Amino acid sequence: MLFLIIKRILLGFITLFIVSLITFVGTEILPGDACTTYLERQAFGEQLEACYRRLGLNVPAYERYVSWAVNAIQGDFGYSLSGEMPIKEVLGPRIKNSLVLASAAIFIGIPIALILGIVTALWRDKLPDVAISTVTIFAMTIPEFISATLLILIIAIWLEWLPGIVIVPTDVSFLELLPNIILPVIAIAMIMTAHMARMVRSSVIQVMASEYVQMAILKGVPYWKMVFKHVLPNALLPAINVVALTIAWLLGGVVVTEVVFNYPGLGRLVIESISNRDLPTVQALAIILASIYVSINLLADLMTLMLNPRLKTLQIRK
Amino acid sequence: MKVNSIYKEEKKSAFQKVSEVIITMASRPSGFIGLSILVFHIILAFISPYIAPYDFKAINPTLMLQAPSAEYWFGTDDLGRDVFTRTILGGRTALTITFFGSLIALLWGGLLGIFCGLVGGKIDDIVMRIVDAFLSIPWILAMLLIVSLLGTSTEVLIPALGFFYGKGIVRVARAATHDVIAKDFIVSARARGHSNFSIIWNEIIPNVRDAILVEGAMRWSWMLLGFSSLSFLGFGVSPPTPDWGLMISNARGLMSFAYWAVIAPIVGLSSLIIGINLTADAFAKALGIDRSTKAPV
Repeated sequence: MLFLIIKRILLGFITLFIVSLITFVGTEILPGDACTTYLERQAFGEQLEACYRRLGLNVPAYERYVSWAVNAIQGDFGYSLSGEMPIKEVLGPRIKNSLVLASAAIFIGIPIALILGIVTALWRDKLPDVAISTVTIFAMTIPEFISATLLILIIAIWLEWLPGIVIVPTDVSFLELLPNIILPVIAIAMIMTAHMARMVRSSVIQVMASEYVQMAILKGVPYWKMVFKHVLPNALLPAINVVALTIAWLLGGVVVTEVVFNYPGLGRLVIESISNRDLPTVQALAIILASIYVSINLLADLMTLMLNPRLKTLQIRK
Repeated sequence: MKVNSIYKEEKKSAFQKVSEVIITMASRPSGFIGLSILVFHIILAFISPYIAPYDFKAINPTLMLQAPSAEYWFGTDDLGRDVFTRTILGGRTALTITFFGSLIALLWGGLLGIFCGLVGGKIDDIVMRIVDAFLSIPWILAMLLIVSLLGTSTEVLIPALGFFYGKGIVRVARAATHDVIAKDFIVSARARGHSNFSIIWNEIIPNVRDAILVEGAMRWSWMLLGFSSLSFLGFGVSPPTPDWGLMISNARGLMSFAYWAVIAPIVGLSSLIIGINLTADAFAKALGIDRSTKAPV
């Protein structure tokens, strides 16, 4: 058991190591570097050399990778090009803002998804299922920027209930941020909830069709007791992993949503740093977003392992 | 002789198989709606240049932000261009790029997955670690980086999208291969001394084809979503080419007094994505594959 956990954590670190290699090699082989972008048309001769020296780009690539990785492990990602500020300081408030947004969406989304998923599965092919499933298909497939734009149009512009775009500074306190995040949270929670509800639904349907549930029905176990005692524990466990993967996958959607609402989080920083060709910040963002992805997966694996006695003796599913 | 003729009857031509799958798909209401929307969009993409009433790039300052009228069905945008013309033309680039992108994703992802599932061992371990690492980088960050450094031409977008949406197919193809590989007919093929290539071509591909095709159809809708997100962010199609993502992003700032310019492309893009999704779902059901338990990775 302990061995499995350690092995799983090690695998996570190996993945992160490969991510760091990929981003480093990727930014290295793609044409253009920090200095040529920064100096634009003056990128030749003396000035270019000076810039290379200043940013430490004149040493061989592998040496730069090693020193960058050693610093990155300690949380120091170097300096951003555009702002000439330590990336650490740029990232801090952004990460906090994005975390507020994402966790609000997750806390609202998961209970709703569970209820919708269970209801649609138990009333399969009846009216509640057809109605909810139709809505979830719409919520799931429509791109984030469309649902966000429609939310702004209807709730902020036509009804004038809430502010449409966020115009607060990056390091605002939580209470001031609150009215601003309602619409972005709805936009993100909608698509997330739809994905999760669909998975819970098919997971419950699968378990309901299994032999031991048939047995419980034949034995005369009361319907709701059977649902809560026999079906849900077995149906929700495998869903944990899938839900984790979905949350991680939606990181990309959070980027787009933040841009639509002008929300000062990590997502907007992604766009800003890429538009400015700020490669050090892009590298830092890649590592941070990948770490979030890896740790969500790790957490899901460990939760499945803790909660499912059967898996303790087996190898963790990859 | 009789045995032979029965055998021949059971072996259907590829055309028969395809038409049977399509009929099964269309027999469900959701599949029928999805197929009709998809077919409508594909036909529209082919004929729209011939039926468009106006020039999509004709700027007319006197007609700025006109409300919908008999002359301009969906109104005009901030440069006085006809929104109807631009909307019916707006799906062509997205459809073409994502269609070829999905084909590339299907090919490389499927083949690499089958190969890894078949050989196993060290090579499989290493490749899967690299695939995992690529999966954990958000697609949008990687795509934006590539596009911003290499440009937004079709020759860059198609392979880049194909690559980034293919890595998930590797896992699906590998898992499907693992299911097949323990079967007796693979063992007997090995015993007969067939080469790896012959086993892949004759034994594995026919058995994992359905799973991979369903995955590819699903990828198509995600890729379309990803591509229009790129356009929306200004990293996709370059103006003045009409594209829904770009149109929405342009008209968004003025939607408080010209909502028509944003609604038309929204309807176009949403209906296409929903159409592809419903079709892919019906396709999966027609082939007997339940993919709703899988995460969209």
